[in-house]
Amino acid sequence: MHDKTLTELAAGLAAGEFSSRELTQTLLARIERLDGQLNCLITVTPEQALASADNADAARARGDTARLNGLPLAIKDLFCTEGVKTSAGSRMLDNFVAPYDATVVEKLKAAGTVSLGKTNMDEFAMGSSNENSFYGPVKNPWDPTAVPGGSSGGSAAAVAAGLVPAAMGTDTGGSIRQPAAFCGITGLKPTYGRVSRYGIIAYASSLDQAGPMARTAEDCAHLLGAIAGHDLRDSTSVARGVPNYTEELDAPLSGLKIGLPKEYFGDGLDSEVESAVREAVNVYESLGATVREVSLPHTHYAIPAYYVIAPAEASSNLSRYDGVRFGHRCDAPADLIDLYKRSRAEGFGEEVKRRILIGTHTLSEGFFDAYYKKAQQVRRLIRQDFLDAFEEVDVLMGPTSPTPAFDLGANKDPVSMYLQDIYTIAVNLAGIPGISVPAGFVGDRPVGLQILGTHFAESRLLNVAHQFQQATDWHKRRPAIAEETH
Amino acid sequence: MQWETVIGLEVHVQLATRSKIFSGASTAFGAAPNSQACAVDLGMPGVLPVLNETAVAMAVQFGLAIHAEIPEVSVFDRKNYFYPDLPKGYQTSQMYHPVVGPGEVEIALDDGATKRIRVHHAHLEEDAGKSLHEDFHGMTGVDLNRAGTPLLEIVSEPDMRSSSEAAAYLKAIHSIVTYLGISDGNMAEGSMRCDVNVSVRPVGQEAFGTRAEIKNVNSFRFVERAIAFELERQIELLEDGGTVIQETRLFDPDRDETRSMRTKEQANDYRYFPCPDLLPVVLDRAYVDHLRDTLPELPADKRTRFENVLGLSAYDAGVLSASRDMAEYFERVKDTCGDAKQAANWVQGELAGALNREGRQIQDSPITAETLGQLISRVMDDTINGKAAKQVFQELWNGEGESADEVIEAKGLKQVTDTGAIEAMIDQVIADSPAQVAQYRDAEPDKRGKMIGYFVGQVMKASRGTANPQQVNRVLKDKLDALC
Amino acid sequence: MAIDKTDVLRAAHLARLGLNDDEARHYQDDLSRILAMVDQLQGLNTEGVAPLAHPLDATQRLRADEVTETDRREQFQRCAPVVENGLYLVPRVVE
Repeated sequence: MHDKTLTELAAGLAAGEFSSRELTQTLLARIERLDGQLNCLITVTPEQALASADNADAARARGDTARLNGLPLAIKDLFCTEGVKTSAGSRMLDNFVAPYDATVVEKLKAAGTVSLGKTNMDEFAMGSSNENSFYGPVKNPWDPTAVPGGSSGGSAAAVAAGLVPAAMGTDTGGSIRQPAAFCGITGLKPTYGRVSRYGIIAYASSLDQAGPMARTAEDCAHLLGAIAGHDLRDSTSVARGVPNYTEELDAPLSGLKIGLPKEYFGDGLDSEVESAVREAVNVYESLGATVREVSLPHTHYAIPAYYVIAPAEASSNLSRYDGVRFGHRCDAPADLIDLYKRSRAEGFGEEVKRRILIGTHTLSEGFFDAYYKKAQQVRRLIRQDFLDAFEEVDVLMGPTSPTPAFDLGANKDPVSMYLQDIYTIAVNLAGIPGISVPAGFVGDRPVGLQILGTHFAESRLLNVAHQFQQATDWHKRRPAIAEETH
Repeated sequence: MQWETVIGLEVHVQLATRSKIFSGASTAFGAAPNSQACAVDLGMPGVLPVLNETAVAMAVQFGLAIHAEIPEVSVFDRKNYFYPDLPKGYQTSQMYHPVVGPGEVEIALDDGATKRIRVHHAHLEEDAGKSLHEDFHGMTGVDLNRAGTPLLEIVSEPDMRSSSEAAAYLKAIHSIVTYLGISDGNMAEGSMRCDVNVSVRPVGQEAFGTRAEIKNVNSFRFVERAIAFELERQIELLEDGGTVIQETRLFDPDRDETRSMRTKEQANDYRYFPCPDLLPVVLDRAYVDHLRDTLPELPADKRTRFENVLGLSAYDAGVLSASRDMAEYFERVKDTCGDAKQAANWVQGELAGALNREGRQIQDSPITAETLGQLISRVMDDTINGKAAKQVFQELWNGEGESADEVIEAKGLKQVTDTGAIEAMIDQVIADSPAQVAQYRDAEPDKRGKMIGYFVGQVMKASRGTANPQQVNRVLKDKLDALC
Repeated sequence: MAIDKTDVLRAAHLARLGLNDDEARHYQDDLSRILAMVDQLQGLNTEGVAPLAHPLDATQRLRADEVTETDRREQFQRCAPVVENGLYLVPRVVE
């Protein structure tokens, strides 16, 4: 059961081949047995999971045929879950049991899904390797000496290792797509505003977006349909109908116009990653697509702009962690300043502090125009690059990351770590959707193909990704740990 | 040296919405600590703000009332600083694109003239919670019920030149917001709070002096007292060769002084930037026009009408238009009795006195405007005399009787105008007062006018106050003079 | 733009992050390199380009003025470090 897709599991449940309880028990047992090696989950919730599974089975017995009813998954520990610890991967929130559900969590519950637990992540979603977690790094299921990517590394690794068929992630600068690529799964970052941010612990509010991580584009389509939609509690969520994302999956690709941004195939791109991506593009040509080179001229300004905007927003968003109403509080504070400074110094890890300091500095008096305002101007130029490109082509394709998963501990320098996100970050600045699909290997480490579309083009992206998965079997490859049956 | 005072005010008005500016928690005053602080107000992880439509509408109404520009787009910014009563570590406010642009407020000066005070802008923001400093084992308690209550901050230009102008401006703002019904204006409960910027400069100098900002000036009286103290302090300092430093000072009403809020803090750096959780607020013209059409008559317009159309004195017009409740009461009295001057006299005389004695507001008056209007009518149509009217008023105030007519009837206060009955009473009084009659007769004619008072008093007493005093006076004079 | 240790300490103070001297030096180094990377922005001419705060050109939706929240103090204070009589306690605030 553990290596099936959501779609296959849904069919099994519908046919009565197994119950949700049996499926849940199987996966909980795998987590119990294998997660010690991987560290994918911060919190496992067996009692709640089995209770949800029983509810789902009972609902099915009453004739409930909801598509996702009874299907297990895991949720990044950035989503608030009522009554369950919600840590954001931080010591700051190690003691925080959320008193409410995020909208996404509510919707997943309403759809009948069964959450098995909360996945490990870079602290407050800041990182590209999952090494910034208070709960220790996650290992890549393909190679335990490699990182799984980040920040949704626990979610990606759990899906790849066959601990769960799907997981929820969030993506602020590539945090769904890059770990999906590193772990050989499919991960979708929707258009900004497509999925409610309510109850998702904020990193950078104008960039954060939640999305599904699963084994196939088809599974992502089902999950996106369940979590997307306008939310009255999130002013930035978009009042726009949610299409049936599975409807266009089978549309033929003949006539599809693909653009290859020349800036995504330049210096720093691993040649084997490039070969894998070009091979994938060839597959599309064979499916009837036409390919041309396009330019996104401001690509190289995306990382600098991001490292102004995201830390600025983060420095403000993380001010609420002050040791007063929730979260870590230092022992015996001498006075108010001591309470603040020590609680925050103890509660936050190094990368989080680095970004708070950067953000605080760039917003300070005298620097605002040179940094923040400038970065927002550049942000408009970057968005315009994409809008111009989508005048010419339907989708853009390129590598998700310039390299396959790197070794744990390989990127000690923050700036070189930041540069890893060169192909993913601009997408968040522009607010457009992107998906990463497995497209080959460099040695035993997976390579991801990134497909980008214009705002609200999720159906198209899922269709393009699904057709690739009908023509290739990269998404069916499993690491050894996932082959282990119990 | 002659000094000129320069004053600007920042007035914070709590808007009378049911729910908070960014959450659905109640804004009611006086609830148990933190029982009205929801997840959004507490700044819990992951929660998000959604803007209250009524708060925006109220801000726009204020803007329209002061003839301000209403920009099409306004934007919320974050003002970042740490304080226990500020749950998120930032206050959501409007720094660069406020909802209300430049406008002006007309104030009435002591000499009856008016002056226009320019308003720089007014912006929406969220209120903070409260720190309670009573002893919790040496700790401070934080109550966040007030956190997220909508505030309209109204920032004036430095256009005021005396403490009384500042007080008049604050009163004008108070009456505008209460007229509009966008705030209860209750300064005691903190619904309206005021920071005062004060500086002095030599008369004739154009450049402003260095100003001090005085916080926590929360009554009309305190504004005058705080400014008076601060002026004296600054002038003394300057005349002794010192300099005023730009700083924040706190007004201490108990000691009647301002004192520096010395903190070790370096100058604050609030790191304003646009709040990424909120989108630009766009107000279309039709919406603003609709709000304009539904504005009530405002105090300045009312004052002008009371003076020019109803013929009241400038003073009466000012007092009666100062609050919407007062103005509405007065107009109902006037409509019932048909005489604006009589209505004004009664509302400001007998009624205001009784309200003052019991510390009541006009909306809590036990006598309705219609009842008072009827009472005045009965004086005007000579049914009762002025003295009886005061008695009727007192009976009504005490709740004895539903209407003026009922009390007049029950107490037999109807004025006696029957000449025969009055003459009989007068004859009796003259007969009973031979000594006084003799004195009257012996007096010089020009002294007699004063002496007649005794007889009038006796007659009024005999009539139990119901005789018409003018009539008594006239008949008495005729009869006494006939004896001379 | 170069950053010195004073800048780091100033930012740390504004952000209420306790840093010791070693940490301040360490962050000064990191921040300097990050800012050097960020400074690439200065090479781009953005004259006349309007800043973009949100990726979609959307405007704020307004909610009706209704009380929708109930008293959940007990649940909310369950995760609070120190409360008494319904109040959050902090070291004495001196004004």
